[in-house]
Amino acid sequence: MQINTFKTLLLGLLLSLSFVVKANESIEEKSDEKDFNVTDMIMHHIKDAHDFHIMDWDGHAISFPLPVILWTNDGLVTFMSSEFHHNDDGTIVVEKGGQKFIKFHEEIYYANDEADHGSYVSFDPEHHPTNVAPLDFSITKLVFSMFMSMILLLLIFGFSARAYNRSENGVPTGIAKFTEPLIVFIRDEVAIPNIGEKHYKRFLPFLLTLFFFIWINNIMGLIPFFPFSGNLSGNIAFTGVLALITFIITTFVANKDYWKHIFWMPGVPVPMKLFLAPIEFMGIFIKPISLMIRLFANISAGHIIVLSLISLIFIAKSIWIAPASVIFSVFISVIEVLVVAIQAYIFTMLTALYIGSAMEEHEHEH
Amino acid sequence: MSLALLQEAVSYVPFAAIGAGLAAIGAGIGIGKIGGSAMEAMARQPEMQGKLQGSAIVLIAFVEAVALFAVVVSLIAK
Repeated sequence: MQINTFKTLLLGLLLSLSFVVKANESIEEKSDEKDFNVTDMIMHHIKDAHDFHIMDWDGHAISFPLPVILWTNDGLVTFMSSEFHHNDDGTIVVEKGGQKFIKFHEEIYYANDEADHGSYVSFDPEHHPTNVAPLDFSITKLVFSMFMSMILLLLIFGFSARAYNRSENGVPTGIAKFTEPLIVFIRDEVAIPNIGEKHYKRFLPFLLTLFFFIWINNIMGLIPFFPFSGNLSGNIAFTGVLALITFIITTFVANKDYWKHIFWMPGVPVPMKLFLAPIEFMGIFIKPISLMIRLFANISAGHIIVLSLISLIFIAKSIWIAPASVIFSVFISVIEVLVVAIQAYIFTMLTALYIGSAMEEHEHEH
Repeated sequence: MSLALLQEAVSYVPFAAIGAGLAAIGAGIGIGKIGGSAMEAMARQPEMQGKLQGSAIVLIAFVEAVALFAVVVSLIAK
């Protein structure tokens, strides 16, 4: 029975493939729309933005405006990003407090005095803008997503704490039933084995914050509609700051043995010690950098894969590709649900491992 | 074939894509080895299945991350 269904499905798929080719031919002949640029679309989706684009309707963009906060030569300037009217080529000038601003490729610059072909931007030979940029503290799409996840985390753990207060015998009720196993998992499987019974309590709050913050941001990036969908943990600045905190903690809690193992490795001949010292020294920086790139690459790649599969429809310009690409993107999305949890876990576990290795006490010489 | 023509021909080779493909081969071998050994270990000691599965998934995520490093490099190099 099952094999029969499978055969029918396969046959159907093969038949629809021939339609795909046919439909393709007929559309390409009369197609006069401008080419759909997949790379631009994907890069636009995974990058930060000054307004939260929701959808295009009838050729007009519908988006949620966010505040632009600039520290300029004359002090603080604020306005809503809707004043740029979705313009991203530097052709619309916003004048505030006697200063003119333009937005070009999601960066805000001071506008030139005169327009060149309608654009107030000037370029160097490599087509990078040469305009001066004010310091940008805007609530961008990603900052907005981060505030959302902070509110969500506060709600979840606030309710968990209330649930413990209310329960009489310490048995979790309500949402605490969901959070307690995760917290116990981080404590028993991540913190204690890597850091050790003696010191783990000092670092448990940091590890829990890391795990839940990364996880909830990852999950919110997977939800494809308005208040979510920001690619926050796929932003290298975000992962970089988390890795920097890990780096600072590791460096400051490190004991004598840790530094000794880096600069003068015990138990190996002197030429080897000289050879190992620079490698171990670079390792101090490479560890957090790999943390940063691992999370950034995994989450960005997930977004890129889903968007590429959906773009197949537009590349082939055929509706018959749609079932296959939707099925594949659902499949990838399901894998991503697993991957985002694993990545949050791995970031936390490696952080615990690095902290643990910095505090490890060696009783004997190797 | 003149040098200019050769350079022209080389400029059409999608080196970034080839790099990503090579990384995928490496990750495939790595994940295959992890999966194979995990299956073997589970067959030998079925009572350890839970632990083995957990660590296999984590190890796979590590290997996968290396492939994704390569993807990021090819995105930048493009």
